[in-house]
Amino acid sequence: MKERVPSPWTEARLEELRLEAQRAGRVAGTGVRPPGAPFPVATPETGYYGLPPLKAPTWTWEVPVYFFLGGAAGASAVIAAAARASGAPRRLVSQARWVAAAGAALSPPLLIADLGRPERFLNMLRVFKPQSAMSMGAWTLVAFSTAAGAAAFADALDRALGGSVPVRVVADAAGTLAAATGVVMATYTGVLVGATAIPAWSENATRLPIHFAASGLASAVGILQLLGADHPALNRLGIGAAAVETAIGWELERRARRSLDPLKVGMSGAIVRAGGVLSGPVTLLLRALGGRRRRWRSAAAWSALAGSLLTRIGWVAAGYASSRDPIPPLEAEGDLRPPKGKAR
Amino acid sequence: MSAESPLRTSVTRPRVTGFFTDATLCIGCKACEVACKEWNELPDDGFVWSGLSYDNTLALGDSTWRHVQFVERSPVWKPSGPEPSWEFSSDVCKHCEVAGCLESCPTGSIVRTEFGGVYIQPDVCNGCGYCVVSCPFGVVDRLPHDRAFKCTFCYDRQKAGLVPACAKACPTESIRFGDLETLRVDARKRVEELRGRGVDDATVYDPVETSVRGIHAFFLVRGDPRTFNLPPKPESPTVQLRPAWTSAAAAALLLFAGALGAFLSPSRR
Repeated sequence: MKERVPSPWTEARLEELRLEAQRAGRVAGTGVRPPGAPFPVATPETGYYGLPPLKAPTWTWEVPVYFFLGGAAGASAVIAAAARASGAPRRLVSQARWVAAAGAALSPPLLIADLGRPERFLNMLRVFKPQSAMSMGAWTLVAFSTAAGAAAFADALDRALGGSVPVRVVADAAGTLAAATGVVMATYTGVLVGATAIPAWSENATRLPIHFAASGLASAVGILQLLGADHPALNRLGIGAAAVETAIGWELERRARRSLDPLKVGMSGAIVRAGGVLSGPVTLLLRALGGRRRRWRSAAAWSALAGSLLTRIGWVAAGYASSRDPIPPLEAEGDLRPPKGKAR
Repeated sequence: MSAESPLRTSVTRPRVTGFFTDATLCIGCKACEVACKEWNELPDDGFVWSGLSYDNTLALGDSTWRHVQFVERSPVWKPSGPEPSWEFSSDVCKHCEVAGCLESCPTGSIVRTEFGGVYIQPDVCNGCGYCVVSCPFGVVDRLPHDRAFKCTFCYDRQKAGLVPACAKACPTESIRFGDLETLRVDARKRVEELRGRGVDDATVYDPVETSVRGIHAFFLVRGDPRTFNLPPKPESPTVQLRPAWTSAAAAALLLFAGALGAFLSPSRR
């Protein structure tokens, strides 16, 4: 809230006017304009003095970074399972499992650091609550971290032992569980921000899970390619993800609503747009035109990664901006207008 | 109390209580704000001159659980002279029938009390902040390195059979506390009474038609409730869950199918 403090100048001028009034009985000149004037007014359209009726999110930078890492890790587990099932090279399976495990290991510290009372993080596992997307996310993260960690560990053990059937069975079972929870990791964050009271988020509740899944897939492909994997399936997945991202970005730009402004204008809008362009058309073009050229592929991977991270940062920032706009929450048509509609 | 046997054979169901805040009776004294802070030992919320009428509190928050709004409008010119319009209303947590904060709380810290109020258990909340973005009324707030805070509906006082501090302190009975359904009937009667006296713009704000399904702390205001930052169609964020999870399931299927398809399709190399 902007503080409005009377300035010495206006105070001095008021003193002059008082003296003039005392002396002459009337004041000829004009008065003062209070600092901060004109003051906002309370109206049905702008609400109570234009003050936002919603509270701003309290999430810190760790949350969008977690969205990025968790999404990439989840999608990587899916890639690992698909690669394993299709008989792709062992090396790719191992790499994808390690990326999933690394993301799974980095995620909990980020989420704990974001809590107001981090020492109580275990309270997340006090209840299992389907109507809370955050509760579902906490349980998913626990299951995913365990499975992805086990898969990567068993995979390493399998190689260290020079191929052990029981260990490989454990690795594959854990890998399957990691993929099953990995898809939830890649999508639930969209539900998490969608099912809120923040207009820019909630109006995209059905789009965000698909958007974040595509973003997670694009970043997983990017990480694996930068680690040296060059299986043609990765490029296909990258093209698919970039195509979905392009379509989502195009559809978002087509919708003109005030509540969506934070996704298009201002700092948050610039980040969302930059993320959308990088992970959508830029990556798509680099992948489609680059063929099997290594440098184009690296450029596409970097573009997808940067786009994915910017997308998450932008969407969280847009929630902050959306919470500050008093108009959209008061816009919805309801049956609560005064019965005789007398404008006051 | 002494007549009652300590070995009670039947359990009486506590009544669902409510607040009926009648803005037409509020004089803007802020006794409710002060009483709330006193009883709940809440810190001050800064000493800032807002310039917005007499309201320097501005909004409900972590340390403000009652907030007196001052809606100051330009005078309406009548034959008898300028008629000022200055209305006051004491805002508070709405204690929704379907409360977004309660539904979204991942720790189960936010519970429904036996009086029907929505209460944050202080020792359970880990400050994840999800309730903050789930409240359609912008009531709950979280301190940077602390838990979430909001009106407790004076759960401690109610348990002891006392009236909440704000209602107790209100000198004009603008804040009325009691049985929710009785208060709802009283509010309808009050609107009729005001209409009879020519106050034809009095309206009760209680969004029973939305997914919030009514609020336990409802308001009677003059004019459009939006002027008091009361949203016309507040929705519990839980209404988004089914479509959002359906979309997530579709995305998950696409992800699986895409990954398998990409690896199984014949390679061009």
